[in-house]
Amino acid sequence: MKTIYFDNNATTKVDEEVFEEMKPLFCELYGNPSSMHTFGGQISRKIRQARERVAGLLGCEPSEIIFTSCGTESDNAAIKGTLAAVPNKRKIITTRVEHPAVLTVCRELGNYGYTVVELGVDKRGRLDLAELEEAIDDNTALVTIMYANNETGVVFPIDKIAELVTSRGIVFHTDAVQAMGKIPLNLSKSNIDLLSLSGHKLHAPKGVGILYVRKGTRISPFMLGGHQEAGRRAGTENVPGIVGLGKACELAAKNLEKENSKVKYLRDKLENAMLEKCPDSRLNGDKDNRLPNTSNISFEYIEGEAILLMLDKYGICASSGSACTSGSLEPSHVLRAMGVPFTAAHGSIRFSLSRYSTEEEVDYTIEKLPPIINRLRELSPFVAK
Amino acid sequence: MWEYTDKVKEHFFNPHNVGEIEDADGIGEVGSLACGDALKLTFKLGENGKICDAKFKTFGCASAIATSSVLTDMIKGLTIEEAAKVTNKDIADYLGGLPEQKMHCSVMGREALEAAIENYRTGGRKKHELEGRVVCTCFGVTEAEIEKVILENNLTTVEQVTNYCKAGGGCGGCRGEIEKIIEKTQGAIQVTGQGEGRDAAATPGKGRKLTNIQKIQLVQQTINEQIRPALRAHGGNIELIDVEGNKVIVAFRGMCAQCRLTEVTMKDVVEAKLREFVSEELFVEEDNDSAQEPHNHRG
Repeated sequence: MKTIYFDNNATTKVDEEVFEEMKPLFCELYGNPSSMHTFGGQISRKIRQARERVAGLLGCEPSEIIFTSCGTESDNAAIKGTLAAVPNKRKIITTRVEHPAVLTVCRELGNYGYTVVELGVDKRGRLDLAELEEAIDDNTALVTIMYANNETGVVFPIDKIAELVTSRGIVFHTDAVQAMGKIPLNLSKSNIDLLSLSGHKLHAPKGVGILYVRKGTRISPFMLGGHQEAGRRAGTENVPGIVGLGKACELAAKNLEKENSKVKYLRDKLENAMLEKCPDSRLNGDKDNRLPNTSNISFEYIEGEAILLMLDKYGICASSGSACTSGSLEPSHVLRAMGVPFTAAHGSIRFSLSRYSTEEEVDYTIEKLPPIINRLRELSPFVAK
Repeated sequence: MWEYTDKVKEHFFNPHNVGEIEDADGIGEVGSLACGDALKLTFKLGENGKICDAKFKTFGCASAIATSSVLTDMIKGLTIEEAAKVTNKDIADYLGGLPEQKMHCSVMGREALEAAIENYRTGGRKKHELEGRVVCTCFGVTEAEIEKVILENNLTTVEQVTNYCKAGGGCGGCRGEIEKIIEKTQGAIQVTGQGEGRDAAATPGKGRKLTNIQKIQLVQQTINEQIRPALRAHGGNIELIDVEGNKVIVAFRGMCAQCRLTEVTMKDVVEAKLREFVSEELFVEEDNDSAQEPHNHRG
C-alpha cells in the first residue's frame, strides 16, 4: 500500500539530494573537524560551507549560526542561556500555545522562582500585542514566542513582536521550527535575537538543529566541554547531519516559492473539500495568517484517534489533538487555549503537507475521509439518525 | 502509536451490534462529549430470561469502540445475574488485553452494563450516575468507583487508577486522596509504622525541629515540587502568601470552576502534602482577598 504522508509538521522525508550530500561523510570522510591533520581539516570546510548555506537562507552572518542536536536543545539553550546571562532579571514572557520544548522549560523555571507570564490567544489563535506590551517590565529577562504554531499553523507577527520587545532592551527568542522553509524568513530585516530551528522538519535528517544568536546577544553556553562552535556549544559535531542541513537550507530557499504556491493550493483544496463534504466540521486557527502547508480541522461528535486509525488503514498519515492519541486524558493545550470546545478538540485532525505531496494524494484523501467521518458518526450516540 | 491486539482492531474496524434497540428492556448510558468518550448500551431479554439482543453506540477512540462491540457479544445469552458479574477485566481479557492507558475503556463498558441492568431491574436511572462522594471532580469519579477498579484489577499506584477510571488525570488535585484510597482498599500498613521511615528518608526536613526560616523554605519547596506541578496540569497555580506559626496561608490561581467548587478538598490535599513533607502540625488557610474569578475549562 502506498503511504500518503500528510504529517510533515511531525517530521519530513530526507530529500534525496540531501542524502547524497551526506553519504561520503560516513565511511569516507569520517574525520573529526577539530583534528590538525588534513584528513580531519577538510571536514571543517564542509561545516563552514553548511553554515554559509544556512546563513544564506536566513539572511544572517555565518558566525551567528550554532549547530545543535535538535530544536528542543536550541530552545533549552536559548532560554536557559539567556537567563544565566542576566541573573538579576527574573521574569519570562511566553504564550500558552508554545511547543512543549519551550512551555515545559518555562514552567519548570517557574518552580525555581521565575515569574512566568503565559499570554493567551483568541478564538483564532491570535495574540493580543497590547497584552504583551503590558506584561513587559524592568524585571523581564526574556520573551519567547513561537513563529508559527505546530498544531494549527497560525503565524504570529514575529517581526513586529521582535521590534516591540527589543526596543525595550529585552532579549527576544522565537521557536521557528515550523516556519523555516515554509514562509520567507529574513533575519537581516528583523530584530530577533535568538531563533531555534530543526533539521528534520526541513527535509534534513533527525538529530540536528540550529540556534541563531544575533551578534551581541549575551547568552551563556548550555553544553560545556570542548571548543566546538566557537565555545558556544561543546561536543563533536554531527557532521553528516550538519552537512545535510546545509544542503536542505539551500533547497528550501529554492523551493520557497513552490511551498507557497503548489503546497498552498493542495492544502486549500483538501481543506475546502473536507469542510464542504463533512457536516459539523470546523477549521481551527486563523485562516489568513497561516503556514501554507497546515490544516487543522475538527469533526464534531467523533474522536480523533478513531479517525486516524481508519485513515491509517488507507495508508494516510495525519495527526490529532485528541486526548486519546497522546496518552493523556486532556486534549491539545493549543486548542484549549483557543477556547475550542472539548467536543471539537477531541475530534481534531491535523493535515500537514510538503513539497512532495501530490494532487493525486489529496484527491484520494478527499475520497476516503468523508465516509470515515460518516461511519464513525453512525457509531456515535451524539448523532441523531 | 498504540499497540492494539488483532482482536481490538477487528472489533474497531468491524464492530458488532451497532445501534439502539427500540423497545429495549435495559438502557445504560455513561460518559460525555467533554470527557472524550461515551457509550449507550441497550439490551433485550428473551422469553428464557436470557439477553437475546444487545446493541451499542459509542463516541470514543478505537479501544472504546472495540470494548463496546465485544461487550454486546459477551452478554448475549447471559441471564441478568450472569451479566451483572461481568467485570472490566473480563472485557479486556476477551480482547486479548488493552494498553494500560486504555483500561478506562473497559471500565466504561462495565459501567454502562451496570446502568443498563439497574434500569431493567428498577426501571429507574438509565444514566450511570454518581453515587457517593466525588473524589475526582474533573472526570466525576466517586470513591466507590475508585475502590471498585482497585479491587477488581488489583491496582497499587495512582497512575494505574488514572489509567483505569481517569480519576486524577485532570488537575491532579485528588491524587493524594486516591493514594489514601489505595492504601485503605489494599489494606496496606498505615502511614505511621513502616511509612514513617520511608517519608523521613525522602524528606530530610521532616522529623527534626525547624527554625521559622527553614520551615518557610521547606513549605515553599514542597509547594514548588509536590503541589504546583499537579495544579499546573490544569492551568491552575498556587501561591504561598504567608506563614504564621503553623498556619500556612495560600492562594489558588486560575483554577477551573470545578476545582474551585471543591476548594475544601484542594485545601485538604495541600495540607496533607505539607504535613507529609514539612511538619504534622501545619494547617492551611486560603487567602480569600486575592482569589480570582475562576474560569471554566469545560467552556
